[in-house]
Amino acid sequence: MQKAKPIELELAVVNGIELPGHWNRMFEPRVISEYDLSVLDQVTSIEGAESLGYCYQCGKCTAVCPVDTVGDYSPRKVFRRTQLGASLVDSPDLWLCTTCRNCLRVCPKEVNMIEIMPAVREQAVLEGKAPEELLTAFENTARYGNPLGEPPRKRADWVKSAEVPVPVMSQHKAPVDVLWFVECYPSYHPRGKDASVALARLFNALGVEFGILGTEEKCSGDSQRMAGEKGLFEMLAEHNVKMLSKYQFNQIVVTDPHAFNAFLHEYPKYGGQWPVQHYTQFLAPLIDQINLTRPISKKVTFHDPCYLGRHNGEYEAPRNLLKAIPGLDLVEMGHCRETAYCCGGGGGGMWLDSFVRDYTSQRLSEKRVREAVEYGADILAVTCPYEVSRFEDAVKSTGNTGKLEVRDIAELLAYSAELI
Amino acid sequence: MRILVLSKSVPDLVEELALDEDSGELLHDDMTYVPSEWDDHALEEALLLKDEVGAEVTVLAVDTGDVDNMLFTALAKGADHAVKLTGDFDLATSNRKRAQAIANYLRDNPFDLVLSGVQAIDDIDGQIPAMVAGLLEWPHASVVTEVSIQGDQIHFRQEYGGGLQAELAAQTPLVLGIQAARKPPRYASVAKVRQMMKSSTVDEVDASADAVPELEIRRFFKPVAAGHAEMIEGEPDEVADRIITILKERKLVRG
Repeated sequence: MQKAKPIELELAVVNGIELPGHWNRMFEPRVISEYDLSVLDQVTSIEGAESLGYCYQCGKCTAVCPVDTVGDYSPRKVFRRTQLGASLVDSPDLWLCTTCRNCLRVCPKEVNMIEIMPAVREQAVLEGKAPEELLTAFENTARYGNPLGEPPRKRADWVKSAEVPVPVMSQHKAPVDVLWFVECYPSYHPRGKDASVALARLFNALGVEFGILGTEEKCSGDSQRMAGEKGLFEMLAEHNVKMLSKYQFNQIVVTDPHAFNAFLHEYPKYGGQWPVQHYTQFLAPLIDQINLTRPISKKVTFHDPCYLGRHNGEYEAPRNLLKAIPGLDLVEMGHCRETAYCCGGGGGGMWLDSFVRDYTSQRLSEKRVREAVEYGADILAVTCPYEVSRFEDAVKSTGNTGKLEVRDIAELLAYSAELI
Repeated sequence: MRILVLSKSVPDLVEELALDEDSGELLHDDMTYVPSEWDDHALEEALLLKDEVGAEVTVLAVDTGDVDNMLFTALAKGADHAVKLTGDFDLATSNRKRAQAIANYLRDNPFDLVLSGVQAIDDIDGQIPAMVAGLLEWPHASVVTEVSIQGDQIHFRQEYGGGLQAELAAQTPLVLGIQAARKPPRYASVAKVRQMMKSSTVDEVDASADAVPELEIRRFFKPVAAGHAEMIEGEPDEVADRIITILKERKLVRG
């Protein structure tokens, strides 16, 4: 006799704990749940979106989903609406997930929105159903190698304001220890460039032998992948791997946790296998060698980037750097580390501001800024290039100008080391 | 209904124009080129007609170098065929010569409707559609929106000065310069474009044209600034006060 196939995951692993479901295994929809499942089946037949069908509606995700606190979205609701026959490809739900990974952390059935969202979004992009502003970011990335639509030839122009040597590999013509993958916002955004200048000066002060790709670098593409443009991601990955392969270096250091995620998990699939560290991980063991002379006597709280923390498990390095700054009083917000709130920029959210506004009561960045203010912080420390601009805007839009400053950890270190 | 869409790549103004000030020549090889925005609208309008009445859409580019990506993108968006006119062309080829090559192609390959962007940033007087129609002695209209196929006629709107619009009708064959499509140009995913590059082909058609009467460009140069704007520095309140003072001095506000 053929063994009946359960419609749920047989064994889920949550935080390393095995959760076998044999005692409540479901093999077919119960009478009470006898719906026309054809719409759900359409979604779960998409490669990568299978696990949406595992949902048994416990609602643990709803309790931790940042978007649910500002709108009517959570993974459970996505499942339920799809089960009832609402098309996910046509629903705004599809674009509200920021792929922050908090639901997957608690899901007893491993319903994996980190795989479901890009897979179903890819389908929507193919059907021409993606929001216009997201497509503009895709087009800019395809054409210019950055989602901002900035000139590719000016990607390394920020180095002029660093006032310290920032070798570009194509001219450097010598092996380096660290290949610094700068990324788009740190190359072009005015506040992103401030952090890049700070980091360049820290590298110089530490005597790090480093180089950047300059105009040969293109966006790592990880957020475009999560937003449903896998083909674009592949094109960017192939390009970056090809460029990086031309040079000799010991390791890659990235400014952007999204690039960190790409280099750790995706680029190896395209032949790009190098040791990679986020800059906070690179600097943390070297902190004693940085001469932190100028105190920052402020209350500072830290926002864990989703793609450094929950996605890739690094919570300590940024905190160790902050704690080393004299006078700095590190306070934790209620949502921190594994339970950290999301800035709203991940998974394409960076390029969906107008779209998301129609379905949420406030921006996730605004909610986070309010939390930081509530905890009495003077400075919100960040270490993801999306966040400085998102949170600075949120400080203004929530009327907290003058109460809360937003600073990249590199900026705080360089300030304390009297490098900026 | 056979529709031909003319597409052209133009210098990308996101990067600075490369100009040799001494010789007064544009350095075409030092600039990047992108599909002309208006041609994207012409393609979109053609694809909308295809969706509505099942027209066959061919996209055409004069081979001035790197036009393949533009043509494969058009195929990925839904065009049925792509044609590249090869011959003695480069990025500096004049619109007159391009129009001649396109007109020659159209004499040998009949189409009912030719759509082009109304203008391009390197040709802001909308020469190509008008010249193609003129060379073929076909009807032509420019600054056109909302094209529809009504029996054996083409209906469309044309913008006039002062906010006036006209609804016009014409018999095919016809050349239209499209101002804007009814919807924003559709997006072609990178995966689809790459798939097209593997699975479809661009038809290469030899279009060597005889000499045409052309203008000679003596030099390109950047306009000389007559004066400079004054940037007002300072705190927002000071800047606001200064602006008010200036407006009062110039008697632009009362009080």
